[in-house]
Amino acid sequence: MSKILIIGATSTIAEHCARIWATQGHEFFLVGRNPERLDCIVSDLSLRGATKVGKLVIDLCDFNSHQAMLDAAERGLGGLDTVLIAHGTLSDQKACEQSVALTLREIETNGLSVIALLTLVANRLEAQRKGTIAVISSVAGDRGRSSNYVYGSAKAMVTAYTSGLRQRLQKSGVSVVTLKPGFIDTRMTEGFSKGFLWVKPADAAAIITRSIDGGFSEEIYVPYFWFFIMLCIKLIPENLFKRIKL
Amino acid sequence: MIVSGWGRYPKIDSNVSRPHTRKEISKLLAIGQTIARGSGRAYGDSAINPINTMEMRWFDQFAGFDPAAGVLTVNAGVQLREITKVFVPRGWWLPVTPGTSFATVGGSIASDVHGKNHHLVGTFGEHVKEIEIMLGNGEIVTASASQYADLFYSTCGGMGLTGVILSAKIQLAPVKSGLVKQKTIKASNLEELFELFEENADVPYSVAWVDCLAPERELGRSVLLLGDHAKKGGVQIDSRQRFKIPIDAPGFLLNRWSIKAFNSLYYSKAKQGDEKLVGLFDYFYPLDKIDNWNRMYGHSGFIQYQFVIPKQNGADNMRKLLGRIAYLGEGSFLAVIKLFGGENDNLLSFPFSGYTLALDFKVSQKTIDLLNVLDELVIDMGGRIYLTKDARMTSNTFRRTYPRWETFESVRQKYGAIGKFSSAQSVRLGLL
Repeated sequence: MSKILIIGATSTIAEHCARIWATQGHEFFLVGRNPERLDCIVSDLSLRGATKVGKLVIDLCDFNSHQAMLDAAERGLGGLDTVLIAHGTLSDQKACEQSVALTLREIETNGLSVIALLTLVANRLEAQRKGTIAVISSVAGDRGRSSNYVYGSAKAMVTAYTSGLRQRLQKSGVSVVTLKPGFIDTRMTEGFSKGFLWVKPADAAAIITRSIDGGFSEEIYVPYFWFFIMLCIKLIPENLFKRIKL
Repeated sequence: MIVSGWGRYPKIDSNVSRPHTRKEISKLLAIGQTIARGSGRAYGDSAINPINTMEMRWFDQFAGFDPAAGVLTVNAGVQLREITKVFVPRGWWLPVTPGTSFATVGGSIASDVHGKNHHLVGTFGEHVKEIEIMLGNGEIVTASASQYADLFYSTCGGMGLTGVILSAKIQLAPVKSGLVKQKTIKASNLEELFELFEENADVPYSVAWVDCLAPERELGRSVLLLGDHAKKGGVQIDSRQRFKIPIDAPGFLLNRWSIKAFNSLYYSKAKQGDEKLVGLFDYFYPLDKIDNWNRMYGHSGFIQYQFVIPKQNGADNMRKLLGRIAYLGEGSFLAVIKLFGGENDNLLSFPFSGYTLALDFKVSQKTIDLLNVLDELVIDMGGRIYLTKDARMTSNTFRRTYPRWETFESVRQKYGAIGKFSSAQSVRLGLL
């Protein structure tokens, strides 16, 4: 039985991961911002088979609250085996271009708050010499594109940071899983019209939980075919890339 | 965004909002009119409001379960397949299920759906103990047979027109196995089939597939599929989707010859008296294995037409209706007949004691003309058409066949639903 801390537990992907884990009887501590939705998820996971579900409502952009939140989670669960960091917002690129404040806020939510959490979580797991840190990054972080480079650059920060962290924690036996979802039909992507590349959150969650439970300490595209799509996008020479609309 | 029902006809431009919290729902209600939508499995335009359609997909959590009594509390957006996957392994299942597991609890209540066991246990709504409803003014009330009873009987089968269904308490039924014992019996005409239905009235599940394009002398040849839950075999279930139709099939793929060939083949392949054990999903939801099977009918979409006619002169009347369909050369892969049990107290509920037939038609002017003719015949026979599948019935037809509609409107008036909840369908049917 694992002790799982989920940060950003009301995100659709995180909720579906938790549903899969709940049927396996694990223990949870959920952290999120919306109390009504968090309560709904707590009862849902208990009914699906979770043996214990704790929760805490906080705003993750309040960095000073992180240490106390981790203390509460560790105390509530009696230890930490897996930490999934899943919170985020999809930035309005056009609005960000006109506002320094908004741009910085998006970078803070999607990039800095994750780095702040990772710094603390990494030290805790490194000290206990076991556990898994899983972070939802994005394919958008692989290369900046005009349609969403603010969000993309925050995610690029997360991807680069976790890559380094993975190397550092390798020798302590702590896994760091960087998950890079493509198009997933979640609350965050509601405004998009959905084509054939889109997958359901439950299917994405199946891939994510399999990667985490399998003990991989790697970068994982969700679903896997995004590896090839992003490979092609990364291979386009900058001189050509700057002329195309993506 | 362009929205349509499962039949992909009609297609309507609507703003779609997906609230995350109850507060967000009440905010949407304060702005103007709307209709709640579940998985979009109603076939026509009943879950579309041209101004604002409210999808309940994020309200998809279980809220409580009493393992001694088998009473489950769920939010409205939970799909029936989730209940099946989580509760069959614990020995409990839905007392009533429609032919798709993707339907939500809210949608199943609003449509007062029926299943293959209607003749014994009635509709979905008859197993709902309580419904939490948000009224047009944002107030939340709990309706049941004993409190707000008028609201309760209007909401079960009320097509979402009384308020937003937030959650419900459902009485589940005990089940011992994830397998179903299926028995196949062939009938060569309608009289034979209807006799078989009566003879097997104590079998929990029964439904017949009928060849609607059979030559005249064989009209009504059919395959009756009887089912009952197995007593053992384990409670594991397999709900995987195995096939996918990624794009619209070309419109010409389904024509009278291809459908005729399919139906003949299906009839001749069925083995008389064949008995076997099949998985629960295979028995109840065969089409759910094919993702987007609605694309089979091409870009223009299809209409599913389902009516019920009284038992009296049932075989003659059914023959008359099937004859009319065959005469015009329209037909469908899926024409199913079932014996219904009695009518319930829900004001707009569809089933009553008699025989129901459901079939699909590719949308065309010819189809619409045929259905208008069938409507008149069904009305004359004392029948009615299922609102959940309807996309084109007139308000005149509706009022003649759902006589309790005036009471329904007065209940809506009483609870402030008029002007708040409406769908493209309700406008067409003349509900305010």
